[in-house]
Amino acid sequence: MKNPSVDTHLLPADSGTIGTEPLLAVDNLHVEFTTRQGVARAVNGVSYSLNAGETLAVLGESGSGKSVTAQAIMGILDMPPARIPKGEIRFRGTDLLQLSEAQRSQIRGQQIAMIFQDALSALNPVFTVGWQIAEMFRVHKGMSKKAAYAKAIELMDRVRIPAARQRVNDYPHQFSGGMRQRIMIAMSIALDPEVLIADEPTTALDVTVQAQIMELLAELQRESNMGLILITHDLGVVADVADKIAVMYGGRIVENAPVHDIYGNAAHPYTKGLLESIPRVDMKGQELYAIKGLPPNLLDMPTGCAFHPRCPFRQDNCVTDVPALHEISGTRSSACHYWREVLDGTAG
Amino acid sequence: MAPQGDPILEVRDLVKHFPLTQGIVMKRQIGAIKAVDGVSFDLRRGETLGVVGESGCGKSTLAKLLMALEKPTSGSVKVNGELVDVHKGSNLKRFRRNIQMVMQDPYTSLNPRMTVGDIIGEPYEIHTEVAPKGDRRKKVQDLLEVVGLNPDHINRYPHQFSGGQRQRIGIARGLALQPEIIICDEPVSALDVSIQAQVINLLERLQSEFGLAYIFIAHDLSVVRHISDRVAVMYLGKIVEIGKDTQIYDKPSHPYTQALLSAVPVPNPEGRESRERIILQGDPPSPANPPSGCRFRTRCWKAQEICAVEEPLLQIRPGTDHESACHFAEAHDVVHAS
Ligand SMILES: Nc1ncnc2c1ncn2[C@@H]1O[C@H](COP(=O)(O)OP(=O)(O)OP(=O)(O)O)[C@@H](O)[C@H]1O
Ligand SMILES: Nc1ncnc2c1ncn2[C@@H]1O[C@H](COP(=O)(O)OP(=O)(O)O)[C@@H](O)[C@H]1O
Ligand code: SF4
Ligand code: SF4
Ligand SMILES: [Mg+2]
Ligand SMILES: [Mg+2]
Repeated sequence: MKNPSVDTHLLPADSGTIGTEPLLAVDNLHVEFTTRQGVARAVNGVSYSLNAGETLAVLGESGSGKSVTAQAIMGILDMPPARIPKGEIRFRGTDLLQLSEAQRSQIRGQQIAMIFQDALSALNPVFTVGWQIAEMFRVHKGMSKKAAYAKAIELMDRVRIPAARQRVNDYPHQFSGGMRQRIMIAMSIALDPEVLIADEPTTALDVTVQAQIMELLAELQRESNMGLILITHDLGVVADVADKIAVMYGGRIVENAPVHDIYGNAAHPYTKGLLESIPRVDMKGQELYAIKGLPPNLLDMPTGCAFHPRCPFRQDNCVTDVPALHEISGTRSSACHYWREVLDGTAG
Repeated sequence: MAPQGDPILEVRDLVKHFPLTQGIVMKRQIGAIKAVDGVSFDLRRGETLGVVGESGCGKSTLAKLLMALEKPTSGSVKVNGELVDVHKGSNLKRFRRNIQMVMQDPYTSLNPRMTVGDIIGEPYEIHTEVAPKGDRRKKVQDLLEVVGLNPDHINRYPHQFSGGQRQRIGIARGLALQPEIIICDEPVSALDVSIQAQVINLLERLQSEFGLAYIFIAHDLSVVRHISDRVAVMYLGKIVEIGKDTQIYDKPSHPYTQALLSAVPVPNPEGRESRERIILQGDPPSPANPPSGCRFRTRCWKAQEICAVEEPLLQIRPGTDHESACHFAEAHDVVHAS
């Protein structure tokens, strides 16, 4: 690691790939924005990793830095106002932040692709969906117009747009929200990326459509063994599809864990609070557990642990000392001074 | 507080069709969007009726009809046994006092140029009898306190509050006229997960404190289950199933309800590989042109010939204990992971 820092450290590669570099590793990433009100530290030392075929869920409330981290991986942040003062984003061992823009644009779309939350605004309203998908093949693969359109229809079929051949010349507004998201997915997988980042791909959709989209993503992932980073704030979706979870709060990772470890056994008070606030059938008629207070203001971050103003387990040193991302096991870590007590239920 | 007594709200055969027109100069009606198409239910004092269904099924239109913000095409709404007549000003004014709404989007539903005090106190301008001018400031401060905001912040503007706090302002405003019924249209879906529980707890506390009845529209089915005494499931402008929360969630009898519930991700990874899931294909058909017979038949795996011909009535059938609009309704046991 080139940028040793007190507050985070590199997580070891996951079991099964010990000794080898993960497909994608974000390591102690910092991103800040210069705004009129001051410097907003949107990402303050994020570390997570992804292997081929794996699904990593990035969980956190709005403003916690999930999308900014994803945009940094994709290399689509506007700089300025954004700046990356430190950190690494290694893809197959190469730090993407050291590459030229020309090199990055080779990777973007072909090896690392992204689906955006709002499919309607991500698609161009003045071009047909067929044209937009075909464009991927023409630009990146130099295909002829005819061949590219044939590929577009094939992809629309693959993401299960009914009557793809008839609909290839329709415009985005002629499709429903769920179908537009399928078209976005078609474009993102067009070039067979190794990593797919899906930023809240179903947040704007109904649960029925969400189930269709999640099933489609899982199937595409099985077929191609791509690594999937799923950004979401839905604890249900995470439990359904993730292999492992990175929980973000105030621009930092507060907990990293395999999915089966974290539910019912959180090692960070924020994660624990989130899980406890889910309405449960056996708790009907009782008050829900609620995390008190408000999410942090990035322009005025709390000192010490960013969660301390809301934490039921806070101790004096939490107000002054930034907790490191403590390693709990080879695959788990928590950024809480008292992770042991939180885990074994003796905290507070 | 347990729901009790006579219905406070009686809704019968409520219909709202929005005309579909063509032509600019000579507008011709070429059809209608059947946004709400024959909805009936009762709501009792202190009761919460949850309303769920896919986007566009008519939930918000139903809310607007109940608020008399839209004029029904046909059907009736009675409050405390009295028919709401949108053409009679005095009747409407009294009725509006009694039924209030909390909107989905705390960011756009508050006027950014008004202070919080003016926003919450605005209903008093129309209903001067509730709070004479001299009492208003005190009343507004009491309301701020009730919803857990600082009464000293009465002169602040909406942008100085977070989303969850703005939703509390909306709730305080809804409470200003001491209504008996509050319609909540997606009151927590725009809020962060960690804030949703705070607002749900507040709504529940206010209900027991003031004996409020709620219509609670939401797409998060676990939140609806938590707060509702009864639940209505809507599909393309109609209620397809209605019953107690346990009847709907544990023994849904309409295929659409079964599919909807099975699509909800369970926040527990144990046993996820073996969980039963019904994944509906396609999108709901257009409400301008709903399928004949049963509206769900184009996506239903149980559909038979009769489903295309005969519309299934919302009623109790042999073997089920609550109303369902399916010719082949049968209770389906749901095993919950939590
Ligand atoms: N003023 C209007 N004119 C024409 N059509 C309308 C109007 N208002 C609503 N509709 C249509 O009526 C149908 C029901 O809309 P409604 O807003 O009630 O849905 P909803 O169930 O609240 O959906 P969501 O979950 O997305 O909020 C939709 O097809 C909608 O496009
Ligand atoms: N271009 C920008 N200029 C200033 N601040 C930004 C910009 N983009 C994002 N931010 C801020 O960075 C923080 C993290 O944003 P984001 O990653 O989008 O959050 P989320 O976790 O909801 O995806 C937010 O406070 C956001 O307002
Ligand atoms: S470090 Fe302290 S304040 Fe932060 S989460 Fe842990 S116990 Fe709470
Ligand atoms: S009436 Fe027929 S089509 Fe409709 S839900 Fe029942 S089985 Fe399905
Ligand atoms: Mg985001
Ligand atoms: Mg609505």
